[in-house]
Amino acid sequence: MTEVAERNITLEGLHDRFGQLDAMVPIHKIRSEAFNHLNNIGLPKVKNEEYKYTNVTKALEKNFNFAPAASPSKIEQTTIDEITFDGLDAYRLVFINGHFSPDLSDNINVKGVSVMNVAKAIENIDKDFLKHFGTVSSKNDDAFFALNTSLTEDGAYINIADNVVLDKPLALCFIIDSSDKSTYTTSRNLIVTGVNSQVDILEIFATQGSEGSFSNTATEIVVGENAHVNFYKIQNNKENAYQVDTTQVSQSRSSVFSTYTFTLNGAIIRNNLNVAIAGEGCESHMYGLYVVDDKTHIDNHTVADHISPNSFSNELYKGILEDNAKAVFNGKVFVRKEAQKTNAFQSNKNILLSDTAVINTKPQLEIWADDVKCTHGCTTGQLDDEALFYLRSRGLDKDHARSFLLYAFAIEVIEQVKLDPLKEYLKHIISERLHKDF
Amino acid sequence: MLTIKNLHASIEDKSILKGVNLVVKPGEVHAIMGPNGSGKSTLASVLAGREDYVVTAGSINFQGKDLLEMAPEERAREGVFLAFQYPIEIPGVSTTNFMKTALNKIREYRGLEPLDAVSFLKIMKEKMKLVEIDQSLLSRSLNEGFSGGEKKRNEIFQMAMLEPTLSILDETDSGLDIDALKVVANGVNKLKSKENSTIVVTHYQRLLDYIVPDFVHVLYNGRIVKSGTKELALELESKGYDWIKEEAEATV
Repeated sequence: MTEVAERNITLEGLHDRFGQLDAMVPIHKIRSEAFNHLNNIGLPKVKNEEYKYTNVTKALEKNFNFAPAASPSKIEQTTIDEITFDGLDAYRLVFINGHFSPDLSDNINVKGVSVMNVAKAIENIDKDFLKHFGTVSSKNDDAFFALNTSLTEDGAYINIADNVVLDKPLALCFIIDSSDKSTYTTSRNLIVTGVNSQVDILEIFATQGSEGSFSNTATEIVVGENAHVNFYKIQNNKENAYQVDTTQVSQSRSSVFSTYTFTLNGAIIRNNLNVAIAGEGCESHMYGLYVVDDKTHIDNHTVADHISPNSFSNELYKGILEDNAKAVFNGKVFVRKEAQKTNAFQSNKNILLSDTAVINTKPQLEIWADDVKCTHGCTTGQLDDEALFYLRSRGLDKDHARSFLLYAFAIEVIEQVKLDPLKEYLKHIISERLHKDF
Repeated sequence: MLTIKNLHASIEDKSILKGVNLVVKPGEVHAIMGPNGSGKSTLASVLAGREDYVVTAGSINFQGKDLLEMAPEERAREGVFLAFQYPIEIPGVSTTNFMKTALNKIREYRGLEPLDAVSFLKIMKEKMKLVEIDQSLLSRSLNEGFSGGEKKRNEIFQMAMLEPTLSILDETDSGLDIDALKVVANGVNKLKSKENSTIVVTHYQRLLDYIVPDFVHVLYNGRIVKSGTKELALELESKGYDWIKEEAEATV
């Protein structure tokens, strides 16, 4: 009975919040469609195959409502400097509790680069924004994504013109401040990159305050013809911060898209990464690293959808789990009938450092084309005793040898990062984590 | 330097060493030979402290200390080095980085200052020449994708870097062609001194043409059943192990 009551409260809150949105703006049509879809399917329960191991709906219904976040936050520039780490020379856009903070953001004035916050794009009825909003995700019927769409109010809208090579990375910082009360927030971003353009984008998530938070974040990325896009996601939230994140990508021909997802802390984190390799001759790289302990639950669902011929995708996700941490990996690779000469590789490797850590990993390959090269695999294990002995026999003590091996395990993903300050930051965080007592 | 008395060891309740006695003095080279399954590699592993093996009786004294009381890393810091029969591949760690960490750990134990990058590189360059190993190999992930010969050379390179007092070469010759064997043996010979000792565990006499032992011991069924000089190795080469087995069984 209580469960039913809670669910009603959740839905009621959602209706209230949705009802407060401006129904006059053109985007509201898309929000309404999503809202209806969500009401039809409901939020996913564990019976839903896609959310079998991750009951994030329960956490949402139990602990959160959809009331807007409280008063202006006290987040200051120093916090931003901290989370964007040393040496990163980037254009920064800051969002606090889902809302754009112009005071904390950089003024970006680069020829061919249009940057504005989504609230402004909605208000201005920006034609280019409306042209692209929701298009790459038109087939995404996930309930949390629909929830994100129905409550879309703000986020980053970035449009990079043809042939523009951005001189510095763009860092989007999403900070949740739950000092006053538990907070549910929505962020929705749209990134459009033109023909031959080149850009590095970071999404950095951080949480402040002792109350719980639930953030529903989504980013749509339109990768233009022959464009090169590196997309980094760093999730280092607090123990009581829940996050459902969707990254929806569509690649045009000859483009190269690389995504890197680093998850270091949080309560439950669910990442949905969907890459439509739509054009011919594309290259896609999907890297992920999760190093989690305590009760953190990290779920990565990824899709590499090969739609056209001669494309290449490579996916490598690695995880180190300690204490009662849980991880889920579900990697789907689709190779459509037309997508001949596809090369697709996928691998998920995990190390469990305790008897109580759990991993559920499921690679899923569906191939309709007949001339393709695909491999997938997953390994889960403890640290290799032989390797430990080898290192110890050279004078390294046991703890040191362990951290050495774990670091070596993690570094395979970190080495792929092309931004040196980020690479150093991750190396630092990982080695700090691993040098603690086991 | 090393005194092994009545050493018994087993793995998973299977008794492998059944009373090994061996005395190694500074500057000596001892060869341990024997047929497959006689316990040669077990002896090497027990000396280095592999935890899979349980010592059920006996003692090992190393430079006045009880070796069996020490963890593998303590043995390494005290000067014991095992060149592995099958060196482990460790992706993500370069030999250079690994050696820098290991050498500084050992130096710390011996009360020496850690080496800075420049002095480390200088030492490394010297030792590289000894085993004719290439810098590019050392910058790659430890043993990953190395050929058999490269792995063994890397073992001897590590030995050169850590300057042990007791080196145990566990079948370092197996799988090597003659050129690689010469390089490895040459490295070992150059590292020899009056102060340090070497135990060469091997199945084949061939290695002993290049690393000339002072003593040869035959291990059979967990015990040293015959000891002699390098001539014993030649005899084994021409006559095989059967006569040793017969002799050993006759005396039981």
